[in-house]
Amino acid sequence: MAIDRETVLHVARLARLDLTAAEADRLTLELGAILEAVSKVAELDLTDVPPTSHPLDLVNVWADDEPRPSLALDEALANAPAREGDLFRVPPTHGPEVSA
Amino acid sequence: MIDTLRLTAEGALALIESREVTSAELHAAYVAAAGARDEELHAYLRLVDAAEGTGVPIALKDVISTKGVETTAGSKILAGYVPVFDATVAARCKAAGMPIIGKTNTDEFAMGSSTENSAYGPSFNPWDPTRVPGGSGGGTAAAVSGGLAPWGLGSDTGGSIKQPSALCGNVGLRPTYGTVSRFGVVAFASSLDQVGPVAKTVRDVALLYSIIAGRDENDSTTVELPEIVELPTAETLAGVRIGIPKQVWDLAGIEPGVRASFETAIETARSLGAEIGECDLPLSFDYGMACYYLIAPAEASSNLARFDGVRYGPRVDAPTYREMVEQTRDAGFGDEPKRRIMLGTYALSAGYYDAFYGQAQRVRTLLMREHRAALDAFDLIATPTSPTVAFPVGERAADPLAMYACDVMTIPSCLAGLPGLNIPSGLSEGLPVGLQLIGPQFGENALFRAGYALECAIGFDTVPERLR
Repeated sequence: MAIDRETVLHVARLARLDLTAAEADRLTLELGAILEAVSKVAELDLTDVPPTSHPLDLVNVWADDEPRPSLALDEALANAPAREGDLFRVPPTHGPEVSA
Repeated sequence: MIDTLRLTAEGALALIESREVTSAELHAAYVAAAGARDEELHAYLRLVDAAEGTGVPIALKDVISTKGVETTAGSKILAGYVPVFDATVAARCKAAGMPIIGKTNTDEFAMGSSTENSAYGPSFNPWDPTRVPGGSGGGTAAAVSGGLAPWGLGSDTGGSIKQPSALCGNVGLRPTYGTVSRFGVVAFASSLDQVGPVAKTVRDVALLYSIIAGRDENDSTTVELPEIVELPTAETLAGVRIGIPKQVWDLAGIEPGVRASFETAIETARSLGAEIGECDLPLSFDYGMACYYLIAPAEASSNLARFDGVRYGPRVDAPTYREMVEQTRDAGFGDEPKRRIMLGTYALSAGYYDAFYGQAQRVRTLLMREHRAALDAFDLIATPTSPTVAFPVGERAADPLAMYACDVMTIPSCLAGLPGLNIPSGLSEGLPVGLQLIGPQFGENALFRAGYALECAIGFDTVPERLR
């Protein structure tokens, strides 16, 4: 099953990966081969088979709704690449320099 | 003089209890062994020089968060990340008195079968350093096999404990899904990931499993163990019914030496009193790989969305938020995580979800039913763990599908959530061969009993020949 370069770039955008041109070329070939292999699952008629999302019988595990200690602010921010006060600092998400 | 190549964790514990050595002396011995041999093996990404604890030291795979000790999951996107809390499994090891020797190498985000996908370079097999130690937990396996740790923890999504244990001649357990907490463990595929022990003996693996297993309130997918963990003592398999999937004999790519070692192990089991029969896992062998390589990448694409250059890890500066995230991710992830993120995103995207991810989830149901039927008729299932012995570094690195094929026999039981134990069954071409035993859900004690009886009868020397 082939996948074209345009689709690869669309998926990369969904996945928030700024692929280089060389990466996009290589992934077009590699993903084509992998998709060919995994498409094997389509051979089976599974209309009456329910899906499995995980192997346990657990349904709705509840925890008591009681406050308990969590990470201190400085710990939560300790690994941040950029911090401003008590916040994670990031580049602009809106504004004139942000295109749609 | 502490012989780190031969000393088991139980042996180390006995030395501590009889006051012949201290925990700190043991820790120093393993750190010194790493100093002498890890330049060649690259089992560790970093050593922890300060020994804290009174027990047997341990190596932890670098997907396990360790407070104050850098944890990278083998990825550049977590370079410099220093956790501010311990993973539950790390905390339980520390509570049991175990000092940490170091953090072991792994394929990036535990994605791979050779450690060649580590952003920090591969580890090498102590039996033959021109060969891979398996993966993704090749660092832990190489550390245990090479005498750089008495035991260690790995993580297993589709074979990352069992396969490197096979290639390095160790005992390794992938526990039943839900028995060991993943809190603080860097996530790959959450419906599959399990943490488990690697050691030189089945009893050591059982002991370490007893320490890490059990419900954790911080991981809602964990359950209480239905029975306490028992260290095995009996050297018999009387009455144990072992099923061999008939598909094993027709599997393409299985090496003659691996097959011979497997056949010998089965005869040994028979001589110990086991009843050997044939079971049937046709869909597992034919569709297991395809099912896994849809479900695992789909979950990975979701789990790895958190690496965005905002809360941790290096950031590529860019004028806008979106460009920063996209450039940080492209620079930070290596080729294999990118392949799996792309594959998973595609499989989950509009128009393809039902045909790929939904279909794979249905195949998974059939694989679970197939295993349940086999384990109704048999107490355990046995297969070789890996179709091949350790392969040369570089041999499969350029071919993702050839690398994925390493896990053809370890994957199906992972999808079914079942426990699997690797024990060494012998040598082929001078390299270890692994026997995989699969048990029913929560059947760890049965695996330990069978594994121990076989281990005693096989008498495999876990010290690599060239290091004896």
